[in-house]
Amino acid sequence: MRALRILWRNIKDGFKNVIRNISLSIASISCISVTLLLVAFAIVGSANVENFTEKIRDDFTIVTYIKVDADETLEKEIKSKINNLSNIESVTFDSKQDIAERMKKESDIFNDVISSWDEESNPLYDTYLVKVKDSEKISKTAKEIENIEGVQMVKYGQGMIESLMSIFNIIKKILIVIVVSLIVVTAFLIINTIKITIFSRQEEIEIKRLVGTSNYSIKQPFVIEGLILGVLGAIIPVIITIYGYTILYDKTGGVFFSQFIKLIKPTPFVFGVSLLLVVLGAVVGMIGSSSAVRKYLKI
Amino acid sequence: MKFIELRNVYKVYKNGVTAITNMNLEIKKGDFVFVIGPTACGKSTFIKMLYREERPTRGEVYVGGINVAKLKNNKVYKLRRKIGIVFQDYKLLPKLTAYENVAFVLESYGYKESEIKPKVLAALEQVGLKEKLRSFPDELSGGEQQRVCIARAIVNKPKVLVCDEPTGNLDPDTSKEIMNVIESINKELGTTIIMATHDRDIVNRMKKRVISIKNGVLVGDYEKGSYKVDESA
Repeated sequence: MRALRILWRNIKDGFKNVIRNISLSIASISCISVTLLLVAFAIVGSANVENFTEKIRDDFTIVTYIKVDADETLEKEIKSKINNLSNIESVTFDSKQDIAERMKKESDIFNDVISSWDEESNPLYDTYLVKVKDSEKISKTAKEIENIEGVQMVKYGQGMIESLMSIFNIIKKILIVIVVSLIVVTAFLIINTIKITIFSRQEEIEIKRLVGTSNYSIKQPFVIEGLILGVLGAIIPVIITIYGYTILYDKTGGVFFSQFIKLIKPTPFVFGVSLLLVVLGAVVGMIGSSSAVRKYLKI
Repeated sequence: MKFIELRNVYKVYKNGVTAITNMNLEIKKGDFVFVIGPTACGKSTFIKMLYREERPTRGEVYVGGINVAKLKNNKVYKLRRKIGIVFQDYKLLPKLTAYENVAFVLESYGYKESEIKPKVLAALEQVGLKEKLRSFPDELSGGEQQRVCIARAIVNKPKVLVCDEPTGNLDPDTSKEIMNVIESINKELGTTIIMATHDRDIVNRMKKRVISIKNGVLVGDYEKGSYKVDESA
């Protein structure tokens, strides 16, 4: 009961302290806001890059051309052999008639030429469209498929996919470094701002110590204060993230520069980012306060 | 019954300065003791050792049965809850009212609101400051601030009140009033008082036990003594 009473008082004190030291609180909140805003930009940017690279990866397909003389039994056999490979996500049959139909729609000239084909004279191949689970291993899987009896050839954008993959990997690594270093810088900045605000209150800590307040009880209101500052500091970045991103998405129609780069839908993405910002602000605020007070509790 | 005991206590600071040399002393419960001596004689070190702001380098310091020298940092608060401390510079929290400055002590100990109010009002009444409980420290005179400091020190009914030059910043008349307050606490509540002071008039007038320190050595200990610090060490 006593501990709960102390906790409740310290929560109230935490709020009171934010108000009583309003100018220092505003300084801390502003610092937290600016740094969290940078973090928000970095997270939104990197999540979108990650998203569109994932989308591109999902589109990676191995087109498996089946030999013209393959009968239905062999085609089924090929399909089951492909399915038995380890890296296969899905296998879809795409008949040469279907391909011809789609080509007809692409232009009038195609339409004229292809209309004259019948089933026998259709020069196209029946194909299996194979999606892989791990696009990094696409070339290995393609080779395995090529070795299956009855397969004429495979195409998956050889060369280009490998270089795209390595570019994506580099971009991903750079983004991780940027986000992590921004979070570290943010934590450092917030901790130092809070340290400055607590430095001006070391006399308060000393007095509490001298009258017999336990270290835990001295620390608690400061930690709660740090949490409040962190959460308050996250408000502006959260608002900018939610409204800014939604407006950006609406204005651009969800695509960036070209149809190729699709943005992540705002809901629930912005709420996830907002939650992350609030948690980050709160945790860093608490750690900052706690470490700053600890310094003055040594006797 | 002895309440405070020092046995072969030495204090040497890290910079090599010896503040206390082989001090042996007993103070009984309910005693009123003046600690006198010239500036930098070791008075403050002696006082600070009682509430464990300083640790003795050698020897043992017992306060209410607690061996202060062996007390761990995170347990110091337990000792300080048994001791009231009055400072020369009052050490009040500027953003709290007189009432709040006294109440926060009990709040931080986890007392209920219903227990805190009567205790704080009683302490403020004891020091004669019940009318100014809503005033902030900067709205109070030096003497009034010292009364708040004393009220804060006695609010938890400590067994001992340690005063480090409580009248050092006050004029003679106000000093007299403060001494009356401290004496009433000693008489009415039975609180042991240990007070370091430079104030010759107060010591001579009150005729209490006087402990005299010179160059870190206890050079005099007199019942109903007066202000004399020039005994040879």
